[in-house]
Amino acid sequence: MNRIDEAFARCASEKRAAFVAFIMAGDPDLTTTLVLIEALLEGGADVIELGVPFSDPIADGPVNQRSAVRALTSGTRLAGVLDLVARARRRWQVPIVLFSYFNPILAQGVGEFAARAAASGVDGVLCLDLPPEEAVPEFVDALAAEQLAPIFLLAPTSTKSRIRRVDELAQGFVYYVSRTGVTGDRAELAPELIRETKALRRRLHHPLAVGFGISTPDQVAAVGAVADGVVVGSALVRLIEEHGGAAAGPLATAVRELSEPLRQKKKGWFRR
Amino acid sequence: MADKAGPDKDGYFGEYGGQYVPETLMAPLAELTRAYDKARKRRAFQRELQTLLADYAGRPTPLYHAKRLSAELGGAQIYLKREDLLHTGAHKLNNALGQALLARGMGKARVIAETGAGQHGVATATAAALLGLECTVYMGEEDMRRQRPNVHRMRLLGAEVAAVDSGSRTLKDAINEALRDWVTHVRHTHYILGSVLGPEPYPRMVRDFHLVIGQEATRQLKRLTGRRWPDLAIACVGGGSNALGLFSAFSARPEVRLIGVEAGGTGTGLGQHAARFQGGRLGVLHGTRTYVLQDDEGQIATTHSVSAGLDYPAIGPELALLHDLGRVEYTTASDAEAVAAFHTLARGEGILPALESAHALAEAFRRAPNLAPDRLILVNLSGRGDKDLESVREYDLATATAAEAEEE
Ligand SMILES: Cc1ncc(COP(=O)(O)O)c(C=O)c1O
Repeated sequence: MNRIDEAFARCASEKRAAFVAFIMAGDPDLTTTLVLIEALLEGGADVIELGVPFSDPIADGPVNQRSAVRALTSGTRLAGVLDLVARARRRWQVPIVLFSYFNPILAQGVGEFAARAAASGVDGVLCLDLPPEEAVPEFVDALAAEQLAPIFLLAPTSTKSRIRRVDELAQGFVYYVSRTGVTGDRAELAPELIRETKALRRRLHHPLAVGFGISTPDQVAAVGAVADGVVVGSALVRLIEEHGGAAAGPLATAVRELSEPLRQKKKGWFRR
Repeated sequence: MADKAGPDKDGYFGEYGGQYVPETLMAPLAELTRAYDKARKRRAFQRELQTLLADYAGRPTPLYHAKRLSAELGGAQIYLKREDLLHTGAHKLNNALGQALLARGMGKARVIAETGAGQHGVATATAAALLGLECTVYMGEEDMRRQRPNVHRMRLLGAEVAAVDSGSRTLKDAINEALRDWVTHVRHTHYILGSVLGPEPYPRMVRDFHLVIGQEATRQLKRLTGRRWPDLAIACVGGGSNALGLFSAFSARPEVRLIGVEAGGTGTGLGQHAARFQGGRLGVLHGTRTYVLQDDEGQIATTHSVSAGLDYPAIGPELALLHDLGRVEYTTASDAEAVAAFHTLARGEGILPALESAHALAEAFRRAPNLAPDRLILVNLSGRGDKDLESVREYDLATATAAEAEEE
């Protein structure tokens, strides 16, 4: 059992959804990111999603775009992100999933990337602009050879056959995009989200994490009641934007507050 | 080219192309593919498009023998395919009309577009006004500054022009923003992509809508010269839509040399030009696998060209394949050469070309003197230069000032 499966299994045994925390590696710089990962863990994150900054993040809203610009400006590139994971791995066993666009991975070479990522202690890779059609065979095989989990997105527009395909290919968990759109926090969840998540979860053989736009404890509670994992990104990235090198304290507090409903609402937890 | 060279069923031209997009867009792309493949075989769709192209847009556009300039250069005969005379002033309308009809057919009430030079934005705003569709055009702030007249035109046509202030504030960033809009409003919005770029089916669909350029040109050449095939066909290459529109007519004619002209900008260093075949490597940008200008670690490079429409770090996948096959030869024209060609055509023939098209003209002017007078060069004059008056004035002023400073 790998670290991702273990984390979701542990949360399931506690009858709660996992809290997945996203931050961008290298914002404001890689040394600080290590401190911020510690803060996420202190706050109670179960899985860490680490963004690889890219110059042209077409699936991201303004908050993550600015974060990527700060990370790139501090000199962060894929190789540096993998070094950071290696340093984190020496200290913690939390599952780490890379959240990247394909071009930096292609530039390194897919096989080479997979080998280095595995050696660094990465557990899974989500490539935002690599749907199953393009991930098979090269990318999926390269990850498989290194026992890395390919994480795929599903969206409100995904058809039944696409859902089946992703469920066949995925390992670790499946990431459901809560609404059509880019990353970023929003005042309200999409009205159909809870119903859609329930329906989707019944179709999948993998844990289902839901993200994009979840930013308040209430939203976490609502989604956490019907999903196996809740992803919070932009709300945390925003804190890093505000506090920069001093973000660790606020970040730990925010993760604690955001993940609290998951620990409390055991009764409402939706059984498979 | 055209149907024969693909793409294959997955949208690949050789190893280039594909659908590198977020999951949210995959089902809509499948819907678009189905709609396009149905429409292109439907006689009613083709008839409506033909009628609009003729009665509304002004097709066929003329083929013009630039006699005076040809004589002055003392070599080959230069023929200009006058896409600058198409309604809205560039070839872009062929595609915008086709896709706007398709959008209406798919029941999408809103269209969006990116634009660099502003020509595709104007074409889309025009087609939207014509068909009663809501329209938003994304444009980089730098391009809004240097192509100001087109910003006014779009607004007068009823489109919203959304300024993009991220990255280099040019075409690449406008496409990023258009994709973000599309992913958000995909259920009722169609994205009218303006070149042979992006995920399948865009590269082949945009190409198909421009095939009319080469088809007309070969007929017109026959009528004017008795010959159907030129010796050289030359086009500028941003994404590559005007180039493929012309070149595809010669896919079965290996004796016609095809020459694509990229933006040489101000130098050969990364960031100084937009010549994908001079420093670009295999990469993925905006949904397609192709040659991309990027750094060693896969970050997309900024580009430079005096012409906003060529100022883009990737190239259409079909043109990448044609490069590898050696079927299309690529060369560059610098900012200076393009501006010089702009002046040459203005004074020599009384035509102000778009700065994009001036890159193709620069190559034609370079080659013509070395060829015999019975040789034919066919140049795609993809657009007119009204939008560039300010850019040319600025450029000339800056060079004059620099020359003066040198003298002192
Ligand atoms: C007049 C003109 N020519 C050429 C281009 C470049 O695009 P493409 O390479 O797709 O023809 C543009 C783009 O804006 C343009 O406006």
